[in-house]
Amino acid sequence: MNISNVSKVFLVLSLSTSYAAMAAEGDVSDSDRIAQYREMIADGNPAEFDEMAGEELWKTPAGPKKATLEKCNLGKGPGVVKGAYAALPRYFKDTRKVQDLESRLLTCMTTLQGIPEEQITAKPFSSDQKKSDISSLATYVVGQSKGIKMAVSLKHPKEKEAYEIGQRIFYYRAGPYDFACSTCHATSDVRIRMQDLPNFNVQKDAQAAYTSWPAYRVSQGLTRSFQWRLNDCFRQQRFPEPKFASEATIALTMFLAVNANGAEYAGPGLKR
Amino acid sequence: MNAKLILGITAALSLTTALPVQAGTDLDAKTAAIIKRDFRDKGIAKVERLNQDELQAACSKYKDDVPVDMKVKLEDEQLKQIKWPADGILVGDWKAGEKLAQSGKGLTWSDKEGDPAGGNCYNCHQLSSTEIAYGTIGPSLLHYAKKKGGLEKAQRRAYGRIYNAKAYNACANMPRFGHIGILTEAQIKDLVALLVDPESPVNK
Ligand code: HEC
Ligand code: HEC
Repeated sequence: MNISNVSKVFLVLSLSTSYAAMAAEGDVSDSDRIAQYREMIADGNPAEFDEMAGEELWKTPAGPKKATLEKCNLGKGPGVVKGAYAALPRYFKDTRKVQDLESRLLTCMTTLQGIPEEQITAKPFSSDQKKSDISSLATYVVGQSKGIKMAVSLKHPKEKEAYEIGQRIFYYRAGPYDFACSTCHATSDVRIRMQDLPNFNVQKDAQAAYTSWPAYRVSQGLTRSFQWRLNDCFRQQRFPEPKFASEATIALTMFLAVNANGAEYAGPGLKR
Repeated sequence: MNAKLILGITAALSLTTALPVQAGTDLDAKTAAIIKRDFRDKGIAKVERLNQDELQAACSKYKDDVPVDMKVKLEDEQLKQIKWPADGILVGDWKAGEKLAQSGKGLTWSDKEGDPAGGNCYNCHQLSSTEIAYGTIGPSLLHYAKKKGGLEKAQRRAYGRIYNAKAYNACANMPRFGHIGILTEAQIKDLVALLVDPESPVNK
């Protein structure tokens, strides 16, 4: 990142205080404020730092096998990163599974680099103390799909099946509050407190929501992956924790991604 | 028709294309197995939470749109189980009710064992004209007493619905605060007071 970008990030950090002040006033809607905010930093999302860190990780030999990820096949052929995210999740012949970005990165890190899976999944999300490698790698990969049309396939029977299972999980009510994803995300134009909720059964909502993740969270000062987004919604749903990159989370991602097909991928995004 | 429009339309159609009734029950069973396998206990949120009761299972299966006869039956069962206060008093302290209504805490894996749960009411409802950070998943409850036909009627209506909203609409999006034991009888009374007391901000 060059000097001018660095200073933009400083600008972002100082703006975040005034953003908090705006939030307290509460007379502008959340979405308006985020739109204003986006405009202010249009060409300087701090997620760029994670994209760069991820690219570095992608190209640096690591793990017991001292290999890079440059032969990793994300669906477009070994080493092809451009446009890969816009077609994920998808069926992979070698693993005979439908995989989302994070689970595919896991496959590459374990097979190419020889890093034990438990080591990666122990702490898959970044914290204030430590950035997660897999999260940075994901941010790098998604950045290479910016501007590319979402085209997630349902051709393979397993892809169709994942979509169908994902839809069933979306409506699965359980826990002390009887919540499902559908409780918060199957009605249009509703919000929780001041946070607007996308209706994932409506194409334009699904598109806007899906194509803006992963995202830099201003309130947390961290770039968050899509797996993190699902994890935190399950928390709000009062569910137990979904296992990282598990079939349940991949199926759910398939359902949401297909509903977002046709839109240009616009991430990594920027969120409150 | 231009190409962009056609593209948009085919994409919109693909949203609703489901599988041909390809053994839907197989997929139900498969989904259940995946859910069972792919979650783990975290803090107070244990995997047992994923076991559905009859109502949760029905609402999930029918995507919240259960057939009418089943809906009536489910609601009857829920209604029968409402515990009305033994002392016959339905209202408590609206100030305590307002605090509960404001609190969004409770029962996530980041809450600790024994931490008191809030009501989360403002997450989903407008309640007073002074609190503007309210959600809209539920209807506005502003001026509840007046809207629901005066004190006595409104009290009973509010108590029943806070205790178990599913007794009145099987797949309502509101938690069953009394039925599940999220809130105590005394707390529900405080919330009823918030909704009906003429001095409460709800009715100002
Ligand atoms: C109890 C409420 C609730 C439930 C249940 C819930 N969510 Fe959310 N969801 C939210 C809220 C609130 C936000 C906005 C969060 C924010 O801006 O901080 C959100 C945001 C999202 C977003 C990002 C949208 C965007 O435009 O940034 C996705 C994707 C999402 N949810 C998916 C899901 C899925 C999938 C499920 C089920 C596993 C689910 N949610 C369950 C409340 C919920
Ligand atoms: C997750 C969302 C949610 C939460 C949290 C929630 N509600 Fe509701 N509430 C609803 C919905 C949705 C309805 C409409 C129910 C239906 O479909 O019949 C409703 C209905 C009601 C009604 C019935 C209105 C009438 O017509 O008489 C009352 C009273 C009520 N809520 C009070 C509360 C109180 C008090 C709390 C907090 C303890 C609360 N709600 C929390 C979503 C919610």
